Order: sequence, then C-alpha cells, then structure tokens
Amino acid sequence: MALVASVPIRPAAARPGQILAVSVIALFLAIFLVIPAGTVIYTAFTEKGTGALTIVNFIDFFNTDLFRRSFFNSVYVSGMSVVWASAIALPLAVLTTRFDFRGSLIIQTLGFVPLIMPPFVGAVAMQLLFGRNGTVNLLLNDWFGIRVPFMEGLNGVIFVQSLHYFPFILINLSTSLRNIDRSMEEAAQNLGSSGFRLFRRIVFPLAMPGYLAGASLVFVKVFDDLATPLLLNVKDMLAPQAYLRVTSVGLTDPMGYVISVILIAVSIFAMWLSAVAMRGKDYSTVQRGGGGLSRRKLSRGESVIAYGVVALILLLVLSPHIGLLLLSFATVWSFSPLPDAYTVAHYGRVFGESSLYIKNTLIYASLAGLIDVVIGGAIAYLVLRTKVVGRRWLDWAATAALAIPGVVLGIGYLRTFYGITLPDGTPLATLWVTVVLALAIRRLPYALRACYAALQQVSESLEEAAENLGATKQRTIRRIVLPLMTGGLLAGFVTSFSTAAVELSATLMLIQSNSDAPIAYGLYVFMQSPAGRGPGAALGVIAVIMVALCTLLSHYVIERRQKALGTAK
Amino acid sequence: MTVNINSAALAAGPAKAISISDVNLYYGALHVLKDINLEIQPGEFFAFLGPSGCGKTTLLRLIAGFNNARQGKVVIGGQDVLDMPPWKRDIGMVFQSYALWPHMTVAANVAFGLEERRLPRAEVERRVKAALELVGLKHLADRRPSQLSGGQQQRVALARTIAIEPKVLLLDEPLSNLDAKMRVDVRRELRELQQRLQLTTIFVTHDQEEANTVCDRIAVFNEGSIQQVGTPMGLYEKPANLFVANFLGTANILGGKIAGSGANRSFEVVGGGSIPIPSGTDVPAGAKLVFRPQYATIGSLEPGAVALEGIIAHREFLGATVRYGVRIGASTVLIDAPFHSGDALLEPGAATTLGLKPSSAQWLAH
Ligand SMILES: Nc1ncnc2c1ncn2[C@@H]1O[C@H](COP(=O)(O)OP(=O)(O)O)[C@@H](O)[C@H]1O
Ligand SMILES: [Mg+2]
Repeated sequence: MALVASVPIRPAAARPGQILAVSVIALFLAIFLVIPAGTVIYTAFTEKGTGALTIVNFIDFFNTDLFRRSFFNSVYVSGMSVVWASAIALPLAVLTTRFDFRGSLIIQTLGFVPLIMPPFVGAVAMQLLFGRNGTVNLLLNDWFGIRVPFMEGLNGVIFVQSLHYFPFILINLSTSLRNIDRSMEEAAQNLGSSGFRLFRRIVFPLAMPGYLAGASLVFVKVFDDLATPLLLNVKDMLAPQAYLRVTSVGLTDPMGYVISVILIAVSIFAMWLSAVAMRGKDYSTVQRGGGGLSRRKLSRGESVIAYGVVALILLLVLSPHIGLLLLSFATVWSFSPLPDAYTVAHYGRVFGESSLYIKNTLIYASLAGLIDVVIGGAIAYLVLRTKVVGRRWLDWAATAALAIPGVVLGIGYLRTFYGITLPDGTPLATLWVTVVLALAIRRLPYALRACYAALQQVSESLEEAAENLGATKQRTIRRIVLPLMTGGLLAGFVTSFSTAAVELSATLMLIQSNSDAPIAYGLYVFMQSPAGRGPGAALGVIAVIMVALCTLLSHYVIERRQKALGTAK
Repeated sequence: MTVNINSAALAAGPAKAISISDVNLYYGALHVLKDINLEIQPGEFFAFLGPSGCGKTTLLRLIAGFNNARQGKVVIGGQDVLDMPPWKRDIGMVFQSYALWPHMTVAANVAFGLEERRLPRAEVERRVKAALELVGLKHLADRRPSQLSGGQQQRVALARTIAIEPKVLLLDEPLSNLDAKMRVDVRRELRELQQRLQLTTIFVTHDQEEANTVCDRIAVFNEGSIQQVGTPMGLYEKPANLFVANFLGTANILGGKIAGSGANRSFEVVGGGSIPIPSGTDVPAGAKLVFRPQYATIGSLEPGAVALEGIIAHREFLGATVRYGVRIGASTVLIDAPFHSGDALLEPGAATTLGLKPSSAQWLAH
C-alpha cells in the first residue's frame, strides 16, 4: 500500500474564494440594506433644503398633534394587541401542554395561520362579520338590542392583529412550558402547593422567557404593520403616516424619515427589552430521561368547558378565513348576516384579469427565496466553517434587517435609488427587481436561521472524511455539504417564499405600475373599493391556497429527505 | 458542610411508621411494582436498593403521592394516605435532580413550602434561617440556584424539604449528582441529620456501599419486587437468593448435585470436589453452592475445611489481598488471599487446592 503523502498543516488562512464570497455578500448587504437604511436615518437628522445636521425634525414631530397622537395610538394598539393575543394564547398553551387534550393537534396547526395569510387580507372580511353592520352586530341587535364596537377605529386594528398574531405567543409559550421538567412542579406539590397558586408561583414564571419572546415579537409586528390600519381606514398611526407623507407630500418631506427612525428605534427597543428581561433566564429544565410537565386527565365537566373554549377561539381565529371565503362567493353582502346570493363570477374575473398578479407573485417570491437561500447558506458556511475576516459582520448585518420595517425599507429604496436612472431614463427604484430585492432583504434573517440549523446538522467529520479522501474544499461543499443541507435550505426557501408572497408594506411603496404588481398589491387595490371586494376576496383565497399548498408540499419533501438521510446522522 | 448540632429550631413531631401492603402498579401493560409489602419503623433510616429500572423511584413517588396505585394500601403514622393528593401529605421528598426553582433565590426556594402553609411571616423567616443554618448555607441565602455547586444545590434541596418539618423524608438517589469524595462526606452528614431530627427516612440508591454505610435496614429490589429486607450485615451474611448474594458483594456460585441422605448428605460440585452439607441446613432442589471470596483459603487447608482442586486462571494484586481466579471445571471462582510481605504469588496455570469450611457456605436455589 502506498504511503499517504503528508500535507503540511497550514494555519486556516482565508482562501481567495472565501474572501470573494465575503466581499460580494458585503456589497449586496451594503447596497440594499445598510445604505438605504442609513440614508433614511441620515435624512431624518438633516435640515430640509440646507442639508445641515439637526434634530429640529424630531422636535417638529413631537410638536405636531397628529404625530403625537399617531405615536401613542401605535403604542396603544401594539400593547393592546399583545394583551388580547395573550388572552387567547394562554388558555390554549396551558390546555395543550398540561392536559390530556385531544384537540392539541388542531391548536398546534394554528401556528401556521400567520404564515399563510397576512392580516390585512382578512381585515375586510372581519368588517363584514364584526363591523357596525356586520353579521355579529346585526344578530346581537336583533336578539338583545345591543351593538359591540369590535371594529370601530383602533379597536378594529387591535382585534384583527391579535387574532392574527397570537400564534407567536402560543408557539413560544408552549415550547417553554414543554421544557419545564415535571420535577419542578412535583417539588412544589410535595411542599404543599396546588392548583392556580402552583401555576402562578412556579409554572408561569418558568415559562416567562418563552412568553416574553412571543409577546415582543407580536408588539414589533403590530407596531410596524402598514396595510392593516390602512385597509381599516385608520390613518393616525405611525406606519400609515410614514406611507402617506412619502406618497402624498413627497420624498423630500422629512417627516416620513423621522417616523421611520422612530419605527426602527421602537423595534430595537422592544427586542432589547425582551432580551434584557430574559438574560440569565434559560429556564429550560427538562432532565435527560425525565418527562415534561405531567398531563392531567380532564374530568367530564372540564372537558366540556375546554372544548367549548377551544371551539370559540377557533371560530374567532378562523373568522377572517371564513369571511373571506363567503365574500369571494357573494353577489351582494351588506346589511345582512350572510350574503344575499352566491356566484363564482369573482373567480372567473380574477383568473381572467388578474392572472398577471399571480404570475408576478410566483416570480418575485421564488427569486427572493432563492436569493435568501444562496446568501443565507453562504453566510452560514462562512460563519460556522471558516475563520475569514468579516464573517461576523455579515451575520450581524443580515440579522439587523429584523429591525427595519417594510415601510422604512421601501422609503429607503425610493430615496436612495430614485436618483439613479437607467439609460432609458426610468429610475432604478421603480424597477420590479427592486421589489424582489426588498423582499429578499426583509426575509433574509429568517432564511439565515434555517441555514444555520441545516448546516449545524451536518457533522464536520463528514467534510473532513471527504477532504481526507482527496476532495478539495469546493468539491466537498458541492458533493457533501450541499446535498446534506438540502432539507434545511428548502425549509429556508419556503419560509422566505411563503411570507414574501403575501408581504405588502415594502411593495406598496415600490410598485409603480399595475402590470408589475404582485397579489398582495392587487388585493390591496381591489379591497379599497366596495365593488372590488368580491374579486379581492377571490384573489385572497387563491393566495392562501397557493401559500398553503407550497408549505404543505415542502413539509412533505423535507420529511421524506429526513427519513432517507435518517441513517446518516 | 458542618451540620450545626445546636440548631434545635426545627422540630420534628414524633417519628411516623410507614406501612405498605399489597401494592401493585402498572404502566400500561408493564407491571412495575409487584406485591410490595413493607413495614418501616418510626425513626428508621431505610434504603431501597436495586439496579436501575427496578421500580425504586416509582415506589417512592407513590409514597409521595405522584402515582395512583389502584391496588394496595399505604399507611403513614396510622393514616391511610393513598387517596390524598401530594400537597396534603406532608411528606418531604428530595428529587434526584434537586428540582430547585431557577427563578427564585435560595431563601425563596426554602420559604416556598412554608408560605404555601400560610405561616406567619416571622415564623417563615425563622424557619428558613434555621434550615439553611442546619445545612451550613446561611451565607448563600440570596444566591440563585444556578450560582451554586452541585453539593450546595443538594443541601438547598434538603433544607427546602426539612423546613416544612415533614412526617417522613424521601431521598431519591441524593448522592448521584455529586463527585466521589463529596458523596462520602454528604452521606455521613445525611446520617447525622437524620439521627438528630429522628425523621423516618427512605433513601433510594443503586449503590450497595451507600446503602450499607448509612442505613439501618435495606430492602433489595429487582424487577419490581422486593427480594429481601434486612440489616446490611444480615443481607451480606444470609442472602435469601442468588440475586441478593450477587448484588451485595461478590459471590462465588458453583453448580452441582446432592448425594447421600440424612446426616450424610454432600454436594457434588460440577468439575470435581464434594462438600459435606452440615446437618440441619435446608438445601432446596436445584440449589447452588454460594460462598464469598474471603471465606476460602488457597494452597492450605484450615481444620474442618474440605478441599477443591483447581487451576489458577488469573490474578490481581490488590495490596492487602491478592484476588485469584481459580478454574474449577467450567466455572471460575474468585478467592481473596491475605498478602503478607515476602509472600510468593501463585502463577496462572499452576494447579492448586482450595480450602472451604462447609459452615461458611450456603445453598441457594434462585
Ligand atoms: N411514566 C412512566 N411511563 C412508563 N413507564 C415508566 C414510567 N416511569 C417509569 N417507568 C418504567 O418503570 C420502571 C421502573 O422505573 P423507576 O421506578 O424509575 O426505576 P428506578 O428508580 O429503580 O431506576 C422502568 O422500567 C421504567 O422504564
Ligand atoms: Mg430512579
């Protein structure tokens, strides 16, 4: 047998390929994230006209009645959404983790609701169901002579948002609850505690980190959301104000930028606050071999109450979907609990006129997903497997996109790229490619997490074995790492795809012509006129089905791959 | 730690007896506890000893109220507790994982049970102080559990339990998360504490040395049933079956058959040799010969001993003794020979003679 030639061990110096990769990604993030966001912040601090640095814009902001009110409204709506979302999520989380409850699977499935339909799509349907002359109030009025202002003003936004975003709290809280070792609870029982006191003093505090993570996410999402308040005709909140200033007053008006800075600051502040509150509180206490919290059997009476509560919540949560479905088949639906008659004409119209929206959406969302997976995968590899300079900065910059709301990114692109024109004179900012890039940047942090997870599952020894057998770094990546990461990369692609497919806030600012518009934009346009509601709803149903199908399909594919690779772990 | 002997601040009522009768428990089809019957005396330090998975924890949790046995009876201090929920039982349990709540300080952990009993604030403070003093951790009252070492956490768990002045104390493998040196110290302290509080205590362990050194009596478990109950010495000297003989210490086991009858019975060892059976000894059918390594001599015969021929298979020098493996027929027995300075050791392969007194041998069927 021939002797293996010994390769001198070099310090892990960065290879040219790695440096190139870092540079390309850095350039991409700089142009499409850092510079636009920086421009927005810089503009907020400069004086209109002279360009001198100043904080006078902020003083103006807080001296204007409308802006002050918008600020407080945004804080109020986000806070109340957290409260109501908690009120829905808490009983569901407790029921599924602490009791033998057959409905658990249904409740867990609710976790996907925010993924497959943006809140604004359901908002119109909610008005028909819960509005002043909606189904519920008409019935309440008939039976009891009362009306409940579910959808009046800010209430409507709070109602729609908390129904939509409560799964974030449900998922995080359930995970936390499941990670509590049963001995934590039993020790308390052994010392004489039981029932609600036990929950208040031991179980809930231990689940606090998960609750806070979910709650802060809900707060930030609601605070940044543009489309829902706009569709419900609530204009005195921050995100709508930013949009209106830029689109109606113009790109040079400083107030849009000031509001953007405040949106970013509040996002960062909320995330920081929850991080501080959670510091040193990794309470995950499940022991090896030990079980999670013990599940109690429900007595007959308790079962009835539990199923009742779950059915009620489920009905509430699904009401936007139900409403949307009804609306998409309705001829006329107003001042009556249910539509007057049913038709499929809206679908015909949508397929005839609006197939362009669907095509655009598929193209934009796939491209955005692809960009995310390529960049996310590259960053994950550079961070986890190399020592090349600057890799941490890439990770940091890509993650920072979390703090940049869609409106802000849209404004940033307009400001940065409007002046740059193509040879034929069209501004760069109005090109459909810009929308794709904005979507890709917005979804990058999530795709990046998926890529990290995927790469962490590939043991380094598998790569070393390939190199040991003579494969170069590039060939090892291609033949070993990528095939093993496929499942994770696909998962990253799907999250990016399905959320990009229904994202509206950045799109709303950047789309200039109807022929470039994706579904979300089309929906928004349809939903603004009473006559457009029917086709709008039909389009919404199509979007929901499309996203749900893609998500299901990818779950199926990922699971099959995982099974096939099961032995290779 | 030093147990503070003067701390009389924690009282314990009169010690309670525990009586368990005809307990059976199933997890689905798995029969985890089989016909458990046990009487534990007031103030006794009692051990559940057995290999892991044999049901010790399950029985302990049953006493504390965490499993519902549909069959059987558990009586503590004259009171049937089986239908009582855990929080009404007043039984102190120290969990194997300690189960300290990470979101509370040491003092808050210890105060928890007292607060749940709605004791006046001053009384809570007094007892927390006393309990922490008792385990020597008063200076760490404001720390979080995550800032303590394993041994300190263990003591906090103990303090938390004894602060409520429980009727009985249950310890589930309390030493398993400590390092070897710490284990020896802590088990001695546990014993001192138990003696002073006169608390009926059940100590679960899979380590025979732990059980032997601290406990008054031991129940040996295997596969969900109690094999034998007795003092450490009693179990070692008179094991009831082969499992107990093997689990407590090292036992040599040789197969064979009974020859003769009446006063002339003897045991013909497979592979050669015959041991006269002392009169009055009960030898069940199919029984095997059992003896401890130090009860046989090697190379020489003491008066009254009978000879067994064998060949040295291997040897280990242990300092005070030399442990020889001697092949007799198809089996190998272990013999511990005392070592004296200047002794020559026997070499593997050499033929040798073992001397065994019939009075130090036993015959066990299973
Ligand atoms: N919650 C449970 N469900 C099903 N089987 C269990 C459960 N807890 C313990 N067992 C089984 O019961 C047997 C006894 O377990 P345990 O009492 O924990 O053993 P020990 O404490 O002696 O190691 C084991 O076979 C274990 O697998
Ligand atoms: Mg155990």
